[in-house]
Order: sequence, then structure tokens, then C-alpha cells
Amino acid sequence: MSLYDSRRRTNTLATGLAWGAALFGLSWLLLILGSLAYEGLRGLSPSVFTQTTPPPGSVGGLMNAIAGSLVMTVIGVALGAPLGLLAGTYLAEYGRYTKLATVVRFINDILLSAPSIVIGLFVYEVMVRPMGHFSAISGALALGLLVVPVVLRTTEDMLLLVPSSMREAASALGAPRAMVIGQIAYRAARAGLVTGVLLAIARVSGETAPLLFTALNNQFWSSDLNAPMASLPVVIFQFALSPYKDWQQLAWTGALLITVTVLTLSIIARAFSAGRRN
Amino acid sequence: MSLAGSTSAELAVKVSVRNLDFYYGGHHALKSVNLPLYAKKVTSFIGPSGCGKSTLLRVLNRMYDLYPGQRAEGEVLLDNENILDPAIDLNALRARVGMVFQKPTPFPMSIYENVAFGVKLYETLPRGELDARVEEALRGAALWDEVKDKLQASGLGLSGGQQQRLCIARSVAVRPDIILFDEPCSALDPISTAKVEELIEELESQYTIAIVTHNMQQAVRVSDYTAFMYLGELIEFGKTDDVFNTPKEKRTLDYITGRFG
Repeated sequence: MSLYDSRRRTNTLATGLAWGAALFGLSWLLLILGSLAYEGLRGLSPSVFTQTTPPPGSVGGLMNAIAGSLVMTVIGVALGAPLGLLAGTYLAEYGRYTKLATVVRFINDILLSAPSIVIGLFVYEVMVRPMGHFSAISGALALGLLVVPVVLRTTEDMLLLVPSSMREAASALGAPRAMVIGQIAYRAARAGLVTGVLLAIARVSGETAPLLFTALNNQFWSSDLNAPMASLPVVIFQFALSPYKDWQQLAWTGALLITVTVLTLSIIARAFSAGRRN
Repeated sequence: MSLAGSTSAELAVKVSVRNLDFYYGGHHALKSVNLPLYAKKVTSFIGPSGCGKSTLLRVLNRMYDLYPGQRAEGEVLLDNENILDPAIDLNALRARVGMVFQKPTPFPMSIYENVAFGVKLYETLPRGELDARVEEALRGAALWDEVKDKLQASGLGLSGGQQQRLCIARSVAVRPDIILFDEPCSALDPISTAKVEELIEELESQYTIAIVTHNMQQAVRVSDYTAFMYLGELIEFGKTDDVFNTPKEKRTLDYITGRFG
């Protein structure tokens, strides 16, 4: 019995420690979200969406930053997601057993964990400097480069989850490789592929570092892809560090907007992958 | 190897396997196999796990070609055409040689689409004819009555036995010459097994059939000819009755009486 008792004690202790660790971690998360909601909601008003970023001391909003973030994220995802999907397809399907796939996978893993500021510096060197000025398109390119490894990895993982018996069954009917992938494997992995793209959007929509070196910022409304463009993360960065109270308030509100967006995307992604299992 | 059954020469040979060797990388999985598949007859492949019977089946539609490092040597003549010829059109071959797998593999689409998928690969049929073909295939697989009211429902929602019959319907719909069954009942309950076996006997009138099975009673029930394989070699081939009642080889006798394997 004493052996059993000591096991019970160990069990209680371990369970208690696990609970404690979980609560400790969660409490910080709640604290962050709580203060963000508290500070951000105070500045939330229609003018946030209808006015551009103001000079210190006057009224304004975040319209140009929100639009800039949207534009650059959309272009970045439009550039990066197809590339990631195709490369992931190559790794999981055509190149599954090749040496090249191993090399590509390894490089992609490096890219996946590379600090985003390095990507920013890279685009600065190859695009911003030759062009001679900051631009929205180079910002979108930097975001696109961040999208590629995320989408590539999830695409490969999701396609590898499709059982090879499914591919064999389609091949056994005489379906060419492209049909097997396009009509069977993609369809079976659809929820996972969408999740990958959503997660990539969530990842890049909060990126600051790569945009600092590429799109920079713009105090005014601009839809010119060849000119600097404002974005929420960069505006938050700039306004939060400023000594002006109204700028700081806008930074809080912007941070709240990004967090809510990312949270929503993550929840949709979760719902997608949960729907897949049922 | 010994050949039982003196009438074999009078039957039409659909597939003729000649001196077939098969390698998984360095592993020699099939050793100089010679075997006929008679037209519109059921031939079963039996033998202990790892004896090469599934490998042999997967040579017949060159399924092994999907994976690197697997290669076959020798000849497999389908209507006197060597299907091991590198120049052969694999997709066209597989449309002629259908396959049903161990686990049911419905595609993630509707029941109707599952059956129509293979048809649409090679034929452009008007809607009405396609509908008729799908119905014909589902009737042929004894599934029509169970699914006729829910053709647009997902194929994944069917029971295991229904899914397997859906897969058979899918193979039948493309009108192949040969259907290969790779342990089609090993994941099914006895009632579904009985239905699939009944189905195989019905399909025999139209198709040349090869079936891999671990269940010797099943081989006796459904097949006309039986091939017993052991360690990559074909030990005995002949009429099913002869192989099970008067086996010529001691190893065959040992296996069918359960003394090993």
C-alpha cells in the first residue's frame, strides 16, 4: 500500500505543478489581453477608421495604416501563398523521395525560423536600395517571403496526412498524377491547406521589422505601390515610442485591432481544422 | 512449381506472367514467377504474409511504379502485350486493370462523384448517359438500392462494407478488362464480406478477376483457380478444388491445413 500511496502523492504533486504552470502562463496572457482591451477600447471610435494618422496634438485615426496593412498583406499573401502551395506540393508529391526535396525542406526550415528583420534587410538590399526609395511593393514582397515557408510547411504536412491508399486508388482508375493531386489529394487536404494560408496571414499581419526597412511609413493617405506606405505595426511602433498622449492612444487602439484580427483568423483556422476531423 | 488441371490449355489466357522477378531495392520479392490468369475466371493468390502475393497483384497494374526503387523483370502479357514495357501508357493500362484495396478508399466527394470520377477521366458523356453509367455501376456493385436516394451525400458517410462496394462500383464504372482485389474483405464484418464475395462471383461473368486473400475459405468460395505462394515463389497453381483437395506440394498441404504460416 505504501508504494501506492507514494505514487498517489507524486501524482497529486505533479498535477498541482502542471496546474500551477498553466495558470501562471495564462495569467500573463490574460493580463496582456486585458490591458490591451482596456487601453485600446478607450480610443476606439469611428474616426479611427475614417481619418488618417494625425500630426501630434490634433485629431486623427488610423485609416491609412489599416488600408496599408490590408494592401500589403493581400499582395504579400497573393505572392507567397501560391509559391508555398506549389513548393509544398512538390515536396509531398512529386519530389517526396528525391534529394532535392530534402535540401528544399532544410532550407525552408531555416527560412521559417529566420528572424523577420533579416528578411526586411534582404529586401532592402535587393529592392529598396537599387530603386532608391522605400515602397509599398517592397514591403509586400518582404511579407510574401515570410508567407512562403509557413504555407510550404503546412501544405507539405497536410498532403502527407492524405493516406497513400487514396492516391493509389485514384491512380488505379487511370488518373494521371496531376489529377490525383489536384482532384483527390487537394480535396482531401483542403481544410488543412486553407488553415495554412490563414495562419500565414495571421503571422505576417503583425510583422513590423520587415516593413521598417521596406515600406517604411507614410503620414498621409497613399495608394501608390511605388511610394512608402503606412501600416498598423509600423505606426504602432512609431506612435507608442512617441511622447504624445494622443499618439500613444492610437497605438493602443491599433494594437487592439491587430490582435483581434489575428485572433479571429486563428479561430477560423481552428474551426476549419476541427471541421475536417468531424 | 507444378501445374494441376489438364483443361487449362483450352481456356483463353487473359494475362500471362512469365519469368517475373520483382525487387524492392535490394530485396528480391518475387522469384521467377510463371502464371496465367484465365479470362472471365477468378484466380486467388494465397500464402503467408510476405510471400509476395500482393506484390504480384501490384505488378499487374504496375502500381509499384508510383514508388522509387521498386522494379520488375520478366514479362507480363496482357492480351499479348507486355505491360512491363517502359513505353506503355500507365494510365491507360490502369484504366483497363482496376483495383480494389484492403481498406475502403472512398474519395472525399459525393457518392455520385466517386463513381463518375474514373469515367470522366476517359470519356465525355452527356449528363444522362453519365447518370445511367453511375446507376449501372452501383447496381453492378449491389449498392444502388442503399444509396439511390442520397447520391449527393459524401461517400465518407457510408459504412465500411458500403464504402468497399462503392470502390468496386468505381472500378466497374470505367469498364475495365480485369479487376484486382487486394484482401478486399479483411476490414469488413462477416455480413459485408458475404456481400462482397457474392458480388465477386457475379462480376466473374464479365471480368477477369484476381484476388489476394488470407482467408482460405474465401479462396475456396470465390475462386476457380488458386495460386499458392511462399517466400516469393509460386509453389503451386491449379484449379481451386485440386489445390485444396489434392495438393501436389507438401508445402501447400502444410499451409492449407494450418501447419505453418
